[in-house]
Amino acid sequence: MEPIEIAELIKGKFASEVKDIVEFQGQVAVLIKKDKLLDIMTFLHKTPELHFDYLADLCGVDYLGKKEVRFEVVYNLLSIKYNKMIRIKAEVPEDDCAIDSVIGIWVGADWHERECYDMYGITFKGHPDLRRILMPEDWDGYPLRKDYPLKSDLGDKEWKAFKEVIEIGKKNLAYEVR
Amino acid sequence: MIIDGTTTMVEVEKGVRVIPGGNTIIAAVDKLVNWGRLSSIWPMTFGLACCAIEMMATGASHYDLDRFGVVFRGSPRQSDAIIVAGTLTKKMAPVIRAVYDQMPEPRYVIAMGSCACTGGIYNTYATVQGVDTVMPVDVYIPGCPPRPEALLEGIMKLQEKIRKESFKWSMWR
Repeated sequence: MEPIEIAELIKGKFASEVKDIVEFQGQVAVLIKKDKLLDIMTFLHKTPELHFDYLADLCGVDYLGKKEVRFEVVYNLLSIKYNKMIRIKAEVPEDDCAIDSVIGIWVGADWHERECYDMYGITFKGHPDLRRILMPEDWDGYPLRKDYPLKSDLGDKEWKAFKEVIEIGKKNLAYEVR
Repeated sequence: MIIDGTTTMVEVEKGVRVIPGGNTIIAAVDKLVNWGRLSSIWPMTFGLACCAIEMMATGASHYDLDRFGVVFRGSPRQSDAIIVAGTLTKKMAPVIRAVYDQMPEPRYVIAMGSCACTGGIYNTYATVQGVDTVMPVDVYIPGCPPRPEALLEGIMKLQEKIRKESFKWSMWR
């Protein structure tokens, strides 16, 4: 089954959930609402003709000022059996910044969801261990959000431990053997 | 000239005289101490990114850091210098400061590569803009990454610096 047919199949089964289907360069993306995410993903995973058994990637996007719904979580799925790929994009609004975890379907989503949480602050409901994965645990803010400072000087948002290290460096400079 | 092995002093270098038969060397303490230090710089390796690969290449047989008396030491407590090779992230900054504080004095810091010198191309939320924000640096080696020759040059510059030190061995320094 071609990816565009799969997209139509999803639209036929979850008509109220699918908002858009986009095809670009032979890649098919389905934009969905987040509420029935688990149903759609389970359908893609369990249906024998589709058999999307591999979550190739999971990432977040911040469309601040570009789209009405600010965040999207993107799932790139691969069916190893049929060698077909499809992209599912779930909208996550800023005021309700949470989405269901797909860890029950693909265990590999574990660290991807942690990274997405770390960088965008999107909460994954049902994730067993949702901690920051790259940034320090007491880091303030979510770095890949578009309203986050771009450059190294974070001003007030600077990580507390880093500020302390700079202070220690300045203080100990007086005792250096120079 | 006939050298009497027990009484005649021979000047082997400016300021360094030896009595061949007397098993004696006469020189300024500065000179001897500095010579000893610069001839056996044991750097703590702190490879953080791709510069570490060049550092390893410099230590390996082709470029052979051993001929400068440079032997990599895995422990800060027995190191004379630290070669910071690579991008220093803010998350790593407290760690590198802790390692530096464990090193016995006199200690030297070589910042290897653009990232360690200034942050390089990474002016981002996670990157420290040069290791000198965290600790004092003696030698900056530019390059992305620097070739092994550049690291050798940097170590020789550090040797020159140590050679010019004075009175750094005293407890009252």
